[in-house]
Amino acid sequence: MMYTEANSPPTPTFRPTNRVKKAFRSATSQQWFGFAILATLLIFSFLAPHFVSVDGAEQDLGAILTSPNAEHWLGTDHFGRSMWVRLADAIALSFGLAALCVLTASTAGIALGVLSAWFPTRFGKVVELLTTILLALPGLVLVLIFAAIVPGSFWMLYFAIALIQWVEYYRVVRAICQPLIHSPEMEASQLMGFGRWYCFKRHLLPAILPQVLTIAAFGAANAILMMASLGFVYVGIQPPLAELGLMTVELFPYYSDAPWLLAEPLVSLAAMVLGCQLLGRRNA
Amino acid sequence: MKDLLFKRFIQLIMVAWGVGTLTFILMRSLPGDMAYRLAASRYGQDNFDSSTAELIRHELKLDQSAWSAYFSWLGDLLQLNLGNSMVSDLPVMDTLSHMLGHSLLLAGVGMIIAILLAFPLGLWAAKYGGWADRLTLLFSTSVRALPVFVIGVLLILVFSLELELLPVAGFGTPAHLILPSLALAISLAAVSSRIIRNEAKRVFNSSFFEFAQIKGLSTRKAFQRHGWRNLLVPVIAFFAIQLITVVEGVVMIESLFSWPGIGHGLAHAIFARDIPIIQGAALLMGIMFVVLNTLVDIISYYLDPRIKQEFSE
Repeated sequence: MMYTEANSPPTPTFRPTNRVKKAFRSATSQQWFGFAILATLLIFSFLAPHFVSVDGAEQDLGAILTSPNAEHWLGTDHFGRSMWVRLADAIALSFGLAALCVLTASTAGIALGVLSAWFPTRFGKVVELLTTILLALPGLVLVLIFAAIVPGSFWMLYFAIALIQWVEYYRVVRAICQPLIHSPEMEASQLMGFGRWYCFKRHLLPAILPQVLTIAAFGAANAILMMASLGFVYVGIQPPLAELGLMTVELFPYYSDAPWLLAEPLVSLAAMVLGCQLLGRRNA
Repeated sequence: MKDLLFKRFIQLIMVAWGVGTLTFILMRSLPGDMAYRLAASRYGQDNFDSSTAELIRHELKLDQSAWSAYFSWLGDLLQLNLGNSMVSDLPVMDTLSHMLGHSLLLAGVGMIIAILLAFPLGLWAAKYGGWADRLTLLFSTSVRALPVFVIGVLLILVFSLELELLPVAGFGTPAHLILPSLALAISLAAVSSRIIRNEAKRVFNSSFFEFAQIKGLSTRKAFQRHGWRNLLVPVIAFFAIQLITVVEGVVMIESLFSWPGIGHGLAHAIFARDIPIIQGAALLMGIMFVVLNTLVDIISYYLDPRIKQEFSE
């Protein structure tokens, strides 16, 4: 016991809460800015529908393409639906997809990365083959084909995006873990009889977490972009659901009558992506 | 060199197998009776009966078991026998070879403009620092937050709808090429200009560059003889990573500008569920991806003697 404590004095045990506190303390101003953008959008997407009585599907053909006014704070679209609510729905949908993709892809990527660093011959080779297959095609093309299998399905999009995103976590995690697994401190822990789970928590997780957080932030941005791109070419989420890319195509024909309507989904999309990217940027 | 090409060849096989398998699953998972759906889309909702459906079932071998169908599917793919479009009944190969030229034109011009934009911007930022650096950083950060289709939409709004200088969409004249390739180029240059700036800074601050100047070469001469090559090796490696962006960008931009290339074809085929075209288009995009990657490999192989050594050992 004396040995492990002597090796790395400051943090006796690894706790995720400590790590989060540390991340907050060491955040750069850029990261704070990104965090603020994302928090604002998230709060908007959850609270906005409660301020008005209509829902996103309610049409009012007597009041189409109105400019922002007291009743409809962001105007109405070509079916007279409230943009305020639809935008909140679309942002919530994007956040949902991003969160799901990041959670799934990072869990799978970390697990496979650590396991293939630990068992390079048995396990590592199989995973390596799998990544070669996945990386042979550009991600968007793969997602497009998956989207064709079950058209308009949120869950298929989620599956396809998570499927291509875990590879990045896997590669980075494996590269970090490979030297660590044969390091003296890790061997000492194992010789003293600590189990694999303890070794993972004590030695591997603290090393990979900062990297994983960066990948997660950019992965979230990519997932949002990917869904919007598919919506934009009309093969992603289908109407009448609100989705940022889909709203862009739907509102494009009305640009000359109502340019602000086109600007709303575009600005939201750019803000979400920018927020994620700023959050992921560490001081180099 | 041989090892290098072999690696890319394996990738090519993976592309073919992956696309083939996925589209096969796609084929099998279509809801309803395939033969009836196809008959309806081919002859119109009211102009077919069960005998036409049976004919199609036989023609497309829809009555086989899953495994034998899978292997004959992959066999056809190996012989590059991609079949006919389900909607237009034209051979897939003809349709796609027509599209390929357009896509390559767009991708090629886009990449050239990207290089023409990124190098001056990157070098400018590296040489002068200060305001130049901050301006290009601002440009890069804000463009990176925009998906490529948003850049395209903004270009259309500014140059076609407001200024009425260039056509909104379509193809045929050189004027039609400007906006799509520019949109692609801007999204590429946003990231690569920063990489070029970082690498240029690394070269300018390196001891070999300093030494070249100390021994009496002018800055321009030192850059020509010692700067370029060292700068290019990592930059070209980064271009290889960006090829994914190129292929993805081509899909988005073609759909936006109605540019009759493979990406546009792919998106349309997915919408119409025209599986032979989906397979062919995805395959061609994959091949394009592998070929571009191989080109980058070959360029960096000749540029950097260290790679040559690594592969000859």
